[in-house]
Amino acid sequence: MFESLQENLSSALKTLRGRGKLSEANMRDGLNLVRQALLEADVSLPAVKDFMAGVSEQAVGQRVLNSLDPSQQLVGIVHQELIDLMGPVDHSMHLKDDLTVLMLCGLQGSGKTTTCGKLGRVIHQRGRKPMLVAADLQRPAAIHQLQVLGEQLGLPVYADTDAKDPVALCHKAVQHAKSEGADVLILDTAGRLHVDEELMEQLTKIDRRVGPDQVYLVVDAMTGQDAVNSAKAFNEALELDGVIMTKLDGDARGGAALSVKAITGVPIKFVGTGEHLDAIEEFHPDRMAGRILGMGDVLSLVEQAQQKFDQDEMVKQEERLRKGEFTLDDFKKMLGQTKKLGPMNKIMGMIPGMSGMADMMGEVDAEKDIQRLVGVIDAMTPEERRNPKGVIDQSRRRRIAAGAGVQPHEVNELVKQFEPVADMMKRMSGMGVRDRMKTMQQLTQGGMLDPAGRLAKQKKGTGKRLTPKERAKQRKLRDRELRRKKRDVRNKR
Amino acid sequence: MGIFDKFKQGLTKTGRLLKTDIRDLFKAEGRLADQAFLDELFETLVKTDMGVVAAQEIVDEIGTEFRARVVKIDEVLEQIKKKLKLLLAQPAAPIDFAAAGPTVIMVAGVNGCGKTTSIAKLAWMFRQDGKTVVLGAADTFRAAAVEQLTIWADRLGVEITTGRQNADPASVAHQTVARVIETGADVCIVDTAGRLQTQQGLMQQLTKIHRVLGKQIADAPHEVLLVLDATTGQNGISQARHFTDAVSCTGIVLAKLDGTAKGGVVVAIRKQVGLPVKYIGVGEQAEDLALFDSDRFVDALFEDMAET
Repeated sequence: MFESLQENLSSALKTLRGRGKLSEANMRDGLNLVRQALLEADVSLPAVKDFMAGVSEQAVGQRVLNSLDPSQQLVGIVHQELIDLMGPVDHSMHLKDDLTVLMLCGLQGSGKTTTCGKLGRVIHQRGRKPMLVAADLQRPAAIHQLQVLGEQLGLPVYADTDAKDPVALCHKAVQHAKSEGADVLILDTAGRLHVDEELMEQLTKIDRRVGPDQVYLVVDAMTGQDAVNSAKAFNEALELDGVIMTKLDGDARGGAALSVKAITGVPIKFVGTGEHLDAIEEFHPDRMAGRILGMGDVLSLVEQAQQKFDQDEMVKQEERLRKGEFTLDDFKKMLGQTKKLGPMNKIMGMIPGMSGMADMMGEVDAEKDIQRLVGVIDAMTPEERRNPKGVIDQSRRRRIAAGAGVQPHEVNELVKQFEPVADMMKRMSGMGVRDRMKTMQQLTQGGMLDPAGRLAKQKKGTGKRLTPKERAKQRKLRDRELRRKKRDVRNKR
Repeated sequence: MGIFDKFKQGLTKTGRLLKTDIRDLFKAEGRLADQAFLDELFETLVKTDMGVVAAQEIVDEIGTEFRARVVKIDEVLEQIKKKLKLLLAQPAAPIDFAAAGPTVIMVAGVNGCGKTTSIAKLAWMFRQDGKTVVLGAADTFRAAAVEQLTIWADRLGVEITTGRQNADPASVAHQTVARVIETGADVCIVDTAGRLQTQQGLMQQLTKIHRVLGKQIADAPHEVLLVLDATTGQNGISQARHFTDAVSCTGIVLAKLDGTAKGGVVVAIRKQVGLPVKYIGVGEQAEDLALFDSDRFVDALFEDMAET
């Protein structure tokens, strides 16, 4: 999501960082790079102009040049401007207690029908009773597509294959929803060009006849400069309440998000991040801006983790951990839960400083590795899973390898990988969340990510022997430093 | 309506937009080609989605040629057209039919770019030429995708091979080719599920379909067409690159050119990936498909302006 914009911007800003002191001249170079990056990211021209005006005004002024760290300051300004441009946001769908009607509209192929299903799912999860309306009478089999989605989600779909007039159909759907006791109605209208007057007129007719409470425009994240034209036309015809941006899981730079918001002022409510029906997220401009600038998107990750990890399973594992037990079975469950979060490289992209790593991982199929590990564990007896190091000998190893379709040494590798994890998990049991994060951090910094760090470093003499007095002095300094760091951490909280 | 009219019709809106914008630059008889002028020119070009690099290149050239002179619209226009035609220069290349036996065409693209509709249009066109066509509904993933193509097949009166929902698309592709050989049809067009070019697993699946198509007919598929939504921005370059890597595309079908989108990204694609545009889609009906012609594409873009 937004990765390329992120890449371009960070490389633009890197050139700025490289030159310690900023002058007005090279600041302009930097700003030009930012402008080019935005244009390459399909941010539309008027939006780019607004954005650059805001940034340059602040950047070229005295404030930045005189500040201690000018480049840092510029990053801050760009970041803030991005947030201002894409926000503020309002995620609420303003569902009323009685029947709420949501209407989806957009160009052909922007993803309305899929989004309709995803929204239905989200609303259903909130304990409401949504009903989907197949009002796309244009595209062949569009009705059937929504019916299939409704079936998959267990949601009712109102459809009439013989209907000819979507206006009448939507009107009837409202009556139907009332009699069936549904309290949210989602209209999936046909895709249309914003220059097709006849079809745009039809939309306003539906709007007048049914009076939807919220009208959402579905926009493809890959849209170029034209995003502005279509969004403007739809907004003029219907007074949009929100925008849903789809297909953000690809490498689309997503500049359309910035332009649509800047030109129409309509907030982006949700983003679609995949073909599956649960791939929809709330839009957060601050996180997105951070992401664009390569600052990572940890909050989204935490939120996702909370949603996807099976809470009951977590409690059970906690129990066992507290007792000091951590077996390969637990390890397997852990792997399974990690997998639920989504593709590894997507997760990596969300962690600060790891977005580059995600690219590197592109070629490595992490999911396949996890699958293989799970396969190996599956091939073990319960006894072996409890105490792998103790019981797995050569013949058992061969049996497991044959069962899992891997080489015997891979079984060995798994057992070896498992040891430190089990150790860590045991240590972490009983710690609070914060301490856990700290342990994780220490582990990460301590070498898990540093290939050379895996081997314990040998201590080397410095060639100088200190007197006891000097040693005491150094210890004092070290302690002071440590106290200071602790204080800092405390203060930050 | 002739093909050329249709082509122009689809592009008039594009042309009109460019016309008004550039005309604004030439309010009087002539205008001084200064930095402000070049900036405005750059912006106008960028709005066509041709990309910063291509636009900058054109502006630079105009800059060296005309800077500090009072310019007339025709002069500048000629220069831009020449440059664009040079960029897009390519032989008018329609479908490369197999020398003997059936021709196999594979169609790929991202989600919602207009693959299925484009296939219907291609099928209609081949039918007009008196060819027999078999369609292969290898999009077994998206709900009702098979039905969508089946409805088109019924409307056009062509044969279709389908598989179950979630069946292996490669198996459907295989059956389609088998059916073509069996019936002795002239052309077979294989639909595939929409996928984002960054989804590695799905791209590998596409490579597999490509490979399977060649199992029964040695040099098949003869054409691999990438369908590109004309509203697509710079992401089109990434699409062209990744799909070409996966299934060696032979050309682009530029769909949805009947809106206000200019489809200028094909300029950048031609420049960076080398993939030519073969057809353009200019409407929702089966006959709304026209052959792409680079000279006309460029001329139609600027046509209205040249008259003044």
